[in-house]
Amino acid sequence: MGHDTHVQAKSKKQFEYDRHHNAMHMRKQVINFAIMIFLTFVAFAVVVADFSPYFIKPVILLLAGIQVVLQLYSFMHMDDKKASHMGVIATFVWSGVLIIFPVFLTFVTIIWW
Amino acid sequence: MSSVAVSNKKGFGATLWDYLTTVDHKKLGVMYLFAGTLFFAIAGFEALLMRIQLMIPNNDFVSAGTFNELLTMHGTTMLFLAATPLLFGFMNAIVPLQIGARDVAFPFLNSLGFWLFFLGAIFLHLSFFLGGAPDAGWTNYASLALYSPGHGIDFYVLGLQISGAGTLISGINFIVTIITMRAPGMTFMRMPLFTWTTLISSTLILFAFPPLTVGLFFMLVDRMFGANFFDHTMGGNTIIWEHLFWIFGHPEVYILVLPAFGLFSEIIPVFARKRLFGYSSMVFATILIGFLGFMVWAHHMFTTGLGATANAIFAVATMAIAVPTGMKVFNWIMTIWGGSVKVTVPMLYALGFIPSFVAGGVTGVMQAAAPLDYQLHDSYFIVAHFHYVIVGGIVTAIFGSMHFYWPIMFNRALNEKLGVLTFWIFFIGFHLTFFLQHFLGLMGMPRRVFTFQADQGWDLFNFISSIGAIMMAIGVVLLVINIIITAKSKPLNCRDYWGDGRSLEWAIKTPVPFYNFKQTPLIRGFDPYWLEKHDGNKEGMIYAEPLGDIHMPNNSILPLVMSIGTFIAAFGALYHPDGVAWSIPVIIIGLGITVASMILRSVKDDLGYHVHVEEVIATEEHLYGKGGNK
Repeated sequence: MGHDTHVQAKSKKQFEYDRHHNAMHMRKQVINFAIMIFLTFVAFAVVVADFSPYFIKPVILLLAGIQVVLQLYSFMHMDDKKASHMGVIATFVWSGVLIIFPVFLTFVTIIWW
Repeated sequence: MSSVAVSNKKGFGATLWDYLTTVDHKKLGVMYLFAGTLFFAIAGFEALLMRIQLMIPNNDFVSAGTFNELLTMHGTTMLFLAATPLLFGFMNAIVPLQIGARDVAFPFLNSLGFWLFFLGAIFLHLSFFLGGAPDAGWTNYASLALYSPGHGIDFYVLGLQISGAGTLISGINFIVTIITMRAPGMTFMRMPLFTWTTLISSTLILFAFPPLTVGLFFMLVDRMFGANFFDHTMGGNTIIWEHLFWIFGHPEVYILVLPAFGLFSEIIPVFARKRLFGYSSMVFATILIGFLGFMVWAHHMFTTGLGATANAIFAVATMAIAVPTGMKVFNWIMTIWGGSVKVTVPMLYALGFIPSFVAGGVTGVMQAAAPLDYQLHDSYFIVAHFHYVIVGGIVTAIFGSMHFYWPIMFNRALNEKLGVLTFWIFFIGFHLTFFLQHFLGLMGMPRRVFTFQADQGWDLFNFISSIGAIMMAIGVVLLVINIIITAKSKPLNCRDYWGDGRSLEWAIKTPVPFYNFKQTPLIRGFDPYWLEKHDGNKEGMIYAEPLGDIHMPNNSILPLVMSIGTFIAAFGALYHPDGVAWSIPVIIIGLGITVASMILRSVKDDLGYHVHVEEVIATEEHLYGKGGNK
């Protein structure tokens, strides 16, 4: 690969476009990061506030689900539609989720202790 | 690498070294095929010993303990070490040709996958010589396995851990290959069915093997370090093993049967000389079976007391699988219907497969009804059912495809007359063995018993069943004889041996050169070679690129060294509970070898090499005479 490297000078337009693009991307990352911190805070808060377990458990599971989606789409770049084979990757990830869900459900419901 | 001369003869040592280091998908396919056949023969021999023991009541041909070892090793070997590698053999040899790729996406990993599987299998079989084989059944239920004396279960756990890693690696390799390396024009909906089923079953491997790995790891630490995952007296739960095992184990059945479906979906259109009926519904059914395969594992556990609600849900989900499977069966029948059928040996296996597999499927739906399963559970009915699925579905596919693809894989054709004889002996033997076992089960004969009392009405059926098993053994011996005779026969040096080939692999002349197609072909539709033939293309395919240098991977001995490392480490782990002083050093040395070769692989860049145009032309002339592959 090393012998095939090209050096390409960027035009001013291209530079400004990239700069704007990167800034937008960074802003999105920071916003998502803030949301995730906030959701984590909410999760702690409902526990500290001592609500009923029947409220806490579903809320935390729901927040966990949202966190997973944010993590996948924001920080692991699944929102990058132009990346190659993103459709296949998304199919595999969500198939895995679909498959593991009944396993999870079974282990918490019908295995007795 | 620029010398134009093409070497021909190699010494034994050089040939051996070539096979130990090869990363060529065709050679690895052959290696998978022979390793699989070896373990198929061993496991078949174990089955024969069991049937001899059960031939007459109160027999003492083998002891009860030996019988347990035989039945465990028969099941384990047949599923993990015979059926899986045999199918991997065909996937390796055929899939890259079917999609017009040079090789698989990760040739090095392909070789690593084979060697891990092979050394794991050898490790498991060494148990016979080192103090007793595993004896808790291929399902290895924790409540039995934890208390099995000796090292049998440890051999099972470590051997399957190693060979399972190999299978997982190969599965990922095929997913990447099929998604990224298809020739130009080969869209997803133009892929041959065998490629589709390989993709789906590799996906199932990707999702199903991790639960097995987790289960085996729990079992390992339970037995080695006294952990208590499965020990109910210490707060564990023995049912967790059953869940983990069947979360893996049920998809495993589809991992095996889907490629078999794919192989028949290749064989039937060729010999019916008709386009495969309902291609898109076949693809859809394959995907659906793959999904549903993960939602039904608890139907193996109806009698463990999951409760009526869980049983009902899993019963309904299980019955749902019959729908896509039925679609496939009807599509095969509709492909044959009205075709100009040529009954060759592969087609004979396909015609035998359809009714046998449907019988296995119907008994499967019977067992899906949870209340009836309480009657059938752990009886010979179950044995009959899964042998109808596995022998009637998978083994017929493997035997049929051996005849079908032998010309591509070895440039020789298996003997047709002997093949027909083999088919009838094997097929009749198969039905004699297993058909009556349905009734033995309904009469109450439990499975996994080493003997039975006379005069319960079981004597005659057991005797006939054993006769059938001997016929199956004769059939397999005839197949092996056929292979040996064929090795001596003349090379074919032709394209499209069967004359009615449809998919891309038939467009290439045999012997297939190590770089496959000299130029990447252009795919103009489903059944691309058929299209080209009908357009009068004498050259086989039209090409998507000019003849140029071909980039190929280098051979490497590292996969074998890595696998040997894990093999050595497994011995250390195995004897660790005995308190021997050398166990920890052996583990460290073994894993050290593996890690060192991994580091070597990572640090040293291996960029492969180029086969130059002159060399390609020289190879073509050497293989096909003047003018090359025209």
